[in-house]
Amino acid sequence: MSATATTIDTGKSVWDGGQPPLKASYGKLMMWFFLLSDAFTFSALLITYGMIRFAHPAYSGTVEGFTFSQEYWPIPEKVFEAVPFLHGISLPLVFVGIMTFILIMSSVTMVLAVEAGHRMDKKSVEKWMLWTIIGGLTFLGCQAWEWSHFITGTGGGGASLSWNEYGPPDFAALFFFITGFHGTHVFSGVLLNFLIYYNTITGVYERRGHYEMVEKVGLYWHFVDLVWVFVFTFFYLV
Amino acid sequence: MHTEETAQVHVVPADKEKIKKIWMTAGILGLVTAIEFVFAFTMAAGVLRTSIFVGLTIVKAFYIVGEFMHLKHERKVLIWSILIPMIFVVWMLIAFVYEGASVFEARF
Repeated sequence: MSATATTIDTGKSVWDGGQPPLKASYGKLMMWFFLLSDAFTFSALLITYGMIRFAHPAYSGTVEGFTFSQEYWPIPEKVFEAVPFLHGISLPLVFVGIMTFILIMSSVTMVLAVEAGHRMDKKSVEKWMLWTIIGGLTFLGCQAWEWSHFITGTGGGGASLSWNEYGPPDFAALFFFITGFHGTHVFSGVLLNFLIYYNTITGVYERRGHYEMVEKVGLYWHFVDLVWVFVFTFFYLV
Repeated sequence: MHTEETAQVHVVPADKEKIKKIWMTAGILGLVTAIEFVFAFTMAAGVLRTSIFVGLTIVKAFYIVGEFMHLKHERKVLIWSILIPMIFVVWMLIAFVYEGASVFEARF
């Protein structure tokens, strides 16, 4: 008889298709390599930031004496120092710190969902997926606030893609591109998380006998958190 | 038929050690971020501070990729096929920052 793809002889060697070669399923491997390519895209954006920043004069005075100017690159802690409901108080990087904390926490709840999936614990997967979705939505809300504050500005005219009150035009353009591209990833991550949550509730994975989809989407979600760690360092701290 | 299968699902109780390890990793990530904040406000900007930030970011990346994404516990071939291509990113970073400095020289 002709050999068909439907019959899998598990007695075969690794490379004959008897078992997944790296002890990881096809879906997980593909997710890993997709994330690798996505890492290249984000690296390109962050490295572009580095290059353009180095092509501009740096601010050389004291942090206290800093004023916004088109002449030099702004120091981030002076640009990002506002926190919602605490208008007019200078709290450098506090809000972005809160956002980092929210994203790390939603990564933790995602790991807990994956762990519950391994144990076939439907109720726990539901609970932790819901927390992960809430974390993602909270982060997106924070980002919406951050963007609107950045665009409106502090009385100096705000920011657009071609001009901004904080420094050279490229500064705001890069802010929109980098945090915007990351925010898009968070948004699609929340959609995927919701899909997983929905399928868990309706018992799709329980019937299937495993919760591997939670793991695959989990990989994506952790990647989004990973990228934020780098954005946080290179855009806000350095 | 489906309900029959559902009734047979065996829920394994949670392993306390595993859960503890997840929260430990979360604690480390939070702590490293806190340390970064301390450096941001107590140290003057410069090459040394930037190097500290990059170092601490790599520590955080190690825990997220290694523990949360479980890469540390995968097969060695998988680990290397993800890590080795990252060399290109390192090269790209060096090349473009160098290029940026040259552009600066040409402009100012």
